[in-house]
Amino acid sequence: MQRFSAFALVKHALSGHQRWQPQWRDATPKPAYDAVIVGGGGHGLGAAYYLAKEHGLRNIAVLEKGWIGGGNTGRNTTIIRSNYLFDESAALYDHALKLWEGLSQDINYNVMFSQRGVLMLAHNVHDEQSFKRHIHANRLNGVDNEWLTPAQAKEFCPPLNISSNMRHPVLGAALQRRAGTARHDAVAWGYARAADALGVDIIQNCEVTAIHRDAFGHVSGVATSRGEIATRKIGVSAAGNSSVMMGMAGLRMPLESFPLQALVSEPIKPIFPCVVMSNTIHAYMSQSDKGELVIGAGTDAYTSYTQRGALHISAHTLEAICELFPDFRRMRMLRNWGGIVDVTPDRSPIIAKTPVPGLYVNCGWGTGGFKATPGAAHLFAWTIARDEPHAINAPFNLERFARGMLIDEAAAAAVAH
Amino acid sequence: MLLITCPFCGPRPELEFGYAGEAHVVRAQDPREVSDLQWTEYLYQRSNVRGVHAERWRHAHGCAQFFNALRDTTTDHFVATYRIGEPRPDAAVEAGR
Ligand SMILES: Cc1cc2nc3c(=O)[nH]c(=O)nc-3n(C[C@H](O)[C@H](O)[C@H](O)COP(=O)(O)OP(=O)(O)OC[C@H]3O[C@@H](n4cnc5c(N)ncnc54)[C@H](O)[C@@H]3O)c2cc1C
Ligand SMILES: [Zn+2]
Repeated sequence: MQRFSAFALVKHALSGHQRWQPQWRDATPKPAYDAVIVGGGGHGLGAAYYLAKEHGLRNIAVLEKGWIGGGNTGRNTTIIRSNYLFDESAALYDHALKLWEGLSQDINYNVMFSQRGVLMLAHNVHDEQSFKRHIHANRLNGVDNEWLTPAQAKEFCPPLNISSNMRHPVLGAALQRRAGTARHDAVAWGYARAADALGVDIIQNCEVTAIHRDAFGHVSGVATSRGEIATRKIGVSAAGNSSVMMGMAGLRMPLESFPLQALVSEPIKPIFPCVVMSNTIHAYMSQSDKGELVIGAGTDAYTSYTQRGALHISAHTLEAICELFPDFRRMRMLRNWGGIVDVTPDRSPIIAKTPVPGLYVNCGWGTGGFKATPGAAHLFAWTIARDEPHAINAPFNLERFARGMLIDEAAAAAVAH
Repeated sequence: MLLITCPFCGPRPELEFGYAGEAHVVRAQDPREVSDLQWTEYLYQRSNVRGVHAERWRHAHGCAQFFNALRDTTTDHFVATYRIGEPRPDAAVEAGR
């Protein structure tokens, strides 16, 4: 692997930037691997990287039906935070946040992780009580989160409207200063490049169409659009298509797949210094380094695999944005798109072994799994390599639904997150 | 926005409707008799079909009735709508192919 550095940049400038190598090989499938990851999003590529780096599994492949990062990884609004209510969730998301803090160095790829702070607005008494409860619970778990008055929130984010004339006035905000954003494509490309350098095959345009099992029920391989591949370990990290993938092994899942939309504005000069989320009126916004305002909407009401959503959902979000940030009322939106998010009943993910020997699943990240990418990948690799969960992901199993051990972040936040 | 045909009122815009999840998920007559796994199946497991999905809708800002629909989740095209209690009209699915 050609390492990236200031020196390399200068050296390549001298040859007119003509001699950069491709960042990963365009691998063709081998007949057999020690392990196969289905899904080339950040989670799947990262899992392959940690399998190779930390568990010494190098004869492995990531199978992606389209192009890497073309799923939710490349479609999300990149908000990263770890201020979740329950102990299990705080441990999981903060594990990820700590990995984010060293990720660019670890994989020698600038993922543009920016701890610019995430402000969550409270608009009513319930919000205020619930956010304060989160703040106290977070502190007990060593996760930073603090309460700001409306004036302090405006100081932190000057474009914010704190007038009392608003339909849903801002009563205060919870701020996590270590939270922020990262460059989504760079996460996929950086993990792909680092995994490739350790010998992992990244295979694009390769759709998995069946999971094979031997006479004892153990997985024995997959059928793909590029031929048969034998393997004894399969890690499914297919986001919105997880139910479909697990159905290939005869498993029913506690998941529903919904469209979730985002949109970006025309680029403007730096004006928006942080991330603002308003769960109550459904608007999320930050400004990318390109200058576009990046805006996240809510999910559509019905399950779908179309990767697009209804216009009235994004219109609703834009109404909220115009109310919160009147300066942006006359801006034009350039693009909007949708991704398919796999939602669990308790809005917590599943990173686990399954009843099928050799089959592992990382799913249920729903509307909020980008923030967990390095953590989920790291724990999923551990689970696949050792055939048992790490202590952090042990509670995020499939059996919790039958045992009533839900990790109910849905009820805690009262909205999607 | 989708155009949805209420079996009672006819075609109306999506905004008039509420979505109410997968159809034909039957609650046990006597929950004390079922196992934890059967109860989990009823509460949490969903078919989440990629293709023709049977689902409940409610014409909330219209006649207020619940009804069932078959919709292709790969296109969002409604194959059929039918009243609660009526069997799933799979003939309509075949005809639509
Ligand atoms: C609009 C939007 C905004 C979001 N905003 C945020 C946010 O601000 N913060 C946050 O934390 N999260 C956010 N999320 C959620 C986040 O994007 C996801 O949870 C996360 O990116 C999931 O990563 P992944 O690698 O598991 O999935 P993906 O990137 O979707 O990767 C799964 C891959 O599996 C592939 N695949 C599926 N089926 C097959 C098959 N049969 N064979 C081979 N490959 C297959 C797909 O093509 C896809 O590339 C948002 C999501 C959306 C859609
Ligand atoms: Zn009606």
